[in-house]
Amino acid sequence: MSTLAHDGNAMLGRQLRRIRNNPGLLVLTQTMPITMLLFFGYVFGSALAMPGAEYRSFLVPGLLVATAANGLMTGMFQAAQDTHRGVMDRFRTLPMSRAAVPLGQAGADLVVTAVGTVPFLLVGLAVGWRIEGSALEAVGALGLLLLFRFATAWAGIFLGLLTRNEEAAGQLGGATFILPLLSNAYIPTEGLPGWLRTLAEWNPISAVTMALRDLFGNAPVPDGAAWPVAHPVAGSLAWCAVLLAVFVPLAVRRYARGER
Amino acid sequence: MTSTYAVLSEGLEKRFGEVHALRGLDLAVPQGTVCGLLGPNGAGKTTALRLLTTLLRPDAGSARIAGHDLLRDPAAVRRRIGVTGQYASVDGELTGRQNLQLFARLHRVRGPAERAGELLDRFGLTEAADRPASTYSGGMRRRLDLAASLVRRPDVLFLDEPTTGLDPASRNRIWDAVRELTADGTTVLLTTQYLEEADQLADDIALMGQGRVAHTGSPAQFKAVIGARVEVVVTDPDFLVKTAAVLDQLTGAEPSFDHERRAVGAVTRDGTLTLPRLVRELDAAGVPLLDASIEPPTLDDVFLRLTQEEERAA
Repeated sequence: MSTLAHDGNAMLGRQLRRIRNNPGLLVLTQTMPITMLLFFGYVFGSALAMPGAEYRSFLVPGLLVATAANGLMTGMFQAAQDTHRGVMDRFRTLPMSRAAVPLGQAGADLVVTAVGTVPFLLVGLAVGWRIEGSALEAVGALGLLLLFRFATAWAGIFLGLLTRNEEAAGQLGGATFILPLLSNAYIPTEGLPGWLRTLAEWNPISAVTMALRDLFGNAPVPDGAAWPVAHPVAGSLAWCAVLLAVFVPLAVRRYARGER
Repeated sequence: MTSTYAVLSEGLEKRFGEVHALRGLDLAVPQGTVCGLLGPNGAGKTTALRLLTTLLRPDAGSARIAGHDLLRDPAAVRRRIGVTGQYASVDGELTGRQNLQLFARLHRVRGPAERAGELLDRFGLTEAADRPASTYSGGMRRRLDLAASLVRRPDVLFLDEPTTGLDPASRNRIWDAVRELTADGTTVLLTTQYLEEADQLADDIALMGQGRVAHTGSPAQFKAVIGARVEVVVTDPDFLVKTAAVLDQLTGAEPSFDHERRAVGAVTRDGTLTLPRLVRELDAAGVPLLDASIEPPTLDDVFLRLTQEEERAA
């Protein structure tokens, strides 16, 4: 375990140094959710039954979670890109923990997400979103958000190692933008036809979004919601636990196997 | 007496689907020596190295590296080896210094920053130390690759074509570094396309063909097997056959034709044939000579000759 901590820390340092050496991409990915907040909030917001300010309050947690779910795309793309780098095979010939490389990637992704959340929340505050619950609940909401990001990043890393192809990973990753569309991130699910509502509410993004709205005090749990949305905090923790339990071992095994 | 061998493999096999890349690799590299693994493209050199460095699992066979079983204890093998090759390189997005510090940290070297500084200095990379490795020239990159394998002195160093594509000055720096290492007792297994490289560095050569070691011996033994490559170009294609007959007589080897260039080539058995004698004999036979040359043999020549002899013996 101390080997994993030591090597994972070294690999985290590697990833963060790479980002520092080449910060352009980071700025680009961080401005995306802010653009979406302004677009959706003012353009779509004006067409919805909900008043614009209320919709923007509703939208901030949704976009936070939708952006966190992008861990899938980022993880997939980076892992696929990394499989072609010569340095991966050097790592495999080093006496280091087999889990350190994916752990370093997921860890660095978490740091970047945490930092990137700050400007987004500031813009959210500027357009009318407020923390209406307690400070402790707000901290819990952010913790849950980061946990969800960490879980989706591991799922992405596994898929990236599986496809091993940057282009395929890019295409597949691009397709993940539909995932929040079939959830409560951008729209209330109450208006959906029964079967579609069930499907949307079993989307992990819905449980985490509801948990954030609940903890921030932005919106109440809707009546008749599926279990993960009706019990959003427990539902979110359960989803994260399942994702991590499945994808961490898969990703570590896949990485260690290399090209055998 | 397995302990006297730093690399000892028996019957290593590897298939990639239909392709039988290795068909029983037997290697024995004594401690503190340099072994050159030679062979044409597709002979299985790189696959052999990837197996011996724990990057691939063999389908059959066994090996011991620095006294540790490759299959049962790959982690122990990884602690004793250094690997440099097209596949095991460095992170292009990190600077040279950041790369070396990272590998030093992963190797649990005390004072990773000092160790990185030492290596940068030793490989003449101090000036470029804080630039991303992706901006390095081919020679600098290869030196950084090698430095990265030496953050902790390995018992066995694997080098996959360490100087392919390098200019002579860069090549010499790599060679010097390898010589220094072996002087310190490190065992080196290197693959190369260049006979000269093996000649310069290797104590022993293992010539691979079709997934196994076809011949072993010292560079001198290899050179004794083969003489030089003779090529004759004529002005009139009608004289190709006659030219071939003269070459056959002089070299005792089967000539090969290049009709497009109106050329005949052959490889001598020894180094006694001189250019004046070649020209005299051809002229005496009435061959309309355009060009004639005698050059050191290429690896392909050695390989062709050795396989031809095998066929003849069979």
